[in-house]
Amino acid sequence: MEINLNRLYALIYKETVQLLRDRRLLLFIFGLPILELFLYGYAVHMTVYHIPMAVVDQSQDSQSRDFIQALVNSQYFDWTMNSQSQADAGLAIDRGEVKVAVVIPPDFSASLARGDASVLIMLDGTDNAAVQSGYSAASLVAQNEALRLTATKINPGGAAGSGALPITASTQVLYNPDLIDIWLILPGLVGLILQTLGITQAALILVRDREMGTVEPILATPVRPVEIIVSKMAPLLGLCLLTMAVVVGLGVFWFGVPFQGSLFLYFWMSLLFIASCLGLGLLISVGAQTQMEASTNGLLFMLLGMLLSGFMYPTSIMPALLRWIAALVPVTYFIRISRAIFTKGVGLNFIWSDALVLLLYTLVVIFAASKSFKQRLD
Amino acid sequence: MNEIVISTEGLVKIFKTGKEERCAVNNLTLQVGRGETYGLIGPDGAGKTTTTRVILGLLSRTSGKSSVLGFDSMKETYAIRERVGYIAQQNVLPADLTVMENMRFFASVQSVSKEDQKKRIPELLGFAGLSDFTGRLTGKLSGGMKKKLALACSLIHSPQVVLLDEPTLGVDPVSRREFWNLLGNLRAEQGLTIFVCTPYMDEAERCTQIGLIYAGGLIASGTPAQIKAMIPGQVIELTPSNAEAAQRLLGGKEGIFEIQNYGEKLHILVDDFARRAAQVEATLAAGGIVHDDLRQIEIRMEEAFISLVRRQAGRNSEIQSVLLTARTGETR
Repeated sequence: MEINLNRLYALIYKETVQLLRDRRLLLFIFGLPILELFLYGYAVHMTVYHIPMAVVDQSQDSQSRDFIQALVNSQYFDWTMNSQSQADAGLAIDRGEVKVAVVIPPDFSASLARGDASVLIMLDGTDNAAVQSGYSAASLVAQNEALRLTATKINPGGAAGSGALPITASTQVLYNPDLIDIWLILPGLVGLILQTLGITQAALILVRDREMGTVEPILATPVRPVEIIVSKMAPLLGLCLLTMAVVVGLGVFWFGVPFQGSLFLYFWMSLLFIASCLGLGLLISVGAQTQMEASTNGLLFMLLGMLLSGFMYPTSIMPALLRWIAALVPVTYFIRISRAIFTKGVGLNFIWSDALVLLLYTLVVIFAASKSFKQRLD
Repeated sequence: MNEIVISTEGLVKIFKTGKEERCAVNNLTLQVGRGETYGLIGPDGAGKTTTTRVILGLLSRTSGKSSVLGFDSMKETYAIRERVGYIAQQNVLPADLTVMENMRFFASVQSVSKEDQKKRIPELLGFAGLSDFTGRLTGKLSGGMKKKLALACSLIHSPQVVLLDEPTLGVDPVSRREFWNLLGNLRAEQGLTIFVCTPYMDEAERCTQIGLIYAGGLIASGTPAQIKAMIPGQVIELTPSNAEAAQRLLGGKEGIFEIQNYGEKLHILVDDFARRAAQVEATLAAGGIVHDDLRQIEIRMEEAFISLVRRQAGRNSEIQSVLLTARTGETR
């Protein structure tokens, strides 16, 4: 492939000027990621607090009231109604009045004294988030209560504080001890946002020229396909990097997500990742006949990125076929890199294999896009 | 003939969409000499744009040969593109660049040095009458100005040949005349070879050589005078009260080759004006059709073009019917 630097510079200059003059596109490129970030930051919570709860207290004594109070104090549950029986509580869930019902059996105090107390928790299975949060919160509270009582039993003086027991530290969440949602989401979200932006914009850009007819006068000059491909990538690469900086900056300074690793390393990894997305987008663009087709194909990768990259569900539990498909989506590699640098603060020695794959991926897609770029109109 | 600049030989271009095949250029052979203004003239859909694009290597060719300045259209595409200027039919220069930015862009991709740009760009802008609009966005220019800018951009690298595909499409008559005057100057001053596609007959008259293209094939070629001389006889012009009825009455009469309709006017191609004028008047009078005075007019490109196309269309259907009978003959 022969590249003439003067021609390449002229093409890049032209593309940059055109991109900067397209106000609507700029608004889209900057606005959409920020909107997405705030939606995830505020609206989307994996952990659900204040779940409406019905209580069936068949024990009606101080210990059962203590337990209910502990549930309420956890902030996860709002005690919104009392039910007479387990069946009534089930109906309340059916009607959607509550999401959770707690049934305390009549012999609660007695069984507590024996050390084999059990409480029934009913959860609304149609609400996934409520089920997960409710179940884990309730079991944590139950565990804590049991521990306290047990401790009291062992130590009648009650002098030792319950919280001081070393056993309470048995579940320790690394990196994000309070399990704050945005901390979990942001490193992956940066990747997802950049991939969506990069692929869709790049996918449209070549087809747009073809559809508008602006490609013909340029094709009639000695410019080479690889020059066109690189010149289309360059300004988008700059804009996407800027978008990344804005999204990461907002995440760190607005949402207070701690950035543990090296910014320098993160910059270069992002650059590589964005280049891979743009290259993939251009490859889509080369193959597409219309902008419609290009954006549909671009959306496919967005969907794959969302579902298979490990952003929502861990890749390790997926069937082999889906893992292979996930391997074709650049964000799969970047999410691991992003989480490693952002949250864990590790260096290149931990992420080099993903970085290498991304580098190869980028070179392959750019080469393929240049090769399959049609030098003719038919 | 002097040095051949553009040439095609038995050029064929077939478009395939799915299972359908459409032959856009059919066995087309033409030659353009240095310094000529060659007009490829034909109705819409005749294959003008396809021919131009194949010559430039913008479309692949199905078979035959084509070359510019001795460079093969397919194999030495970039050598051609470095030496040729081109205005596409739907010539869309980037609308969000200014006049100056477009000039600089095309200059740079054609590897015109910075010093040469400083000299050439003002020259060309002055020549195209765009000196006062250098900062205007191309999308905000009028149709005529866009075409002139396209011409200026296509000339920035001092090409030896320009290929212009309907360069005055959608341009007002004044701008069209200006545009052609610019082309005339280029040819006279720089010996530029110009290949132009157009459906306009007045533009055809300005060419030094003409090729008439119809249904993908060249049906006639030569100088404008030679083309007109292909049409036998003379032309009677008249304006009857009822053109349709007059056409019916006169059609097929002795000595009348052809009748062409131009709005209210009829142009009647006859073997001899002196002999047929009276005959035409008598026929019309008998049919009760009033008309203005008959006059003899010079045969123009337009009459010649329509006549030649009709002849070819008739031949094509003849060929088809011959083929059909041949086939039915076989089955019998």
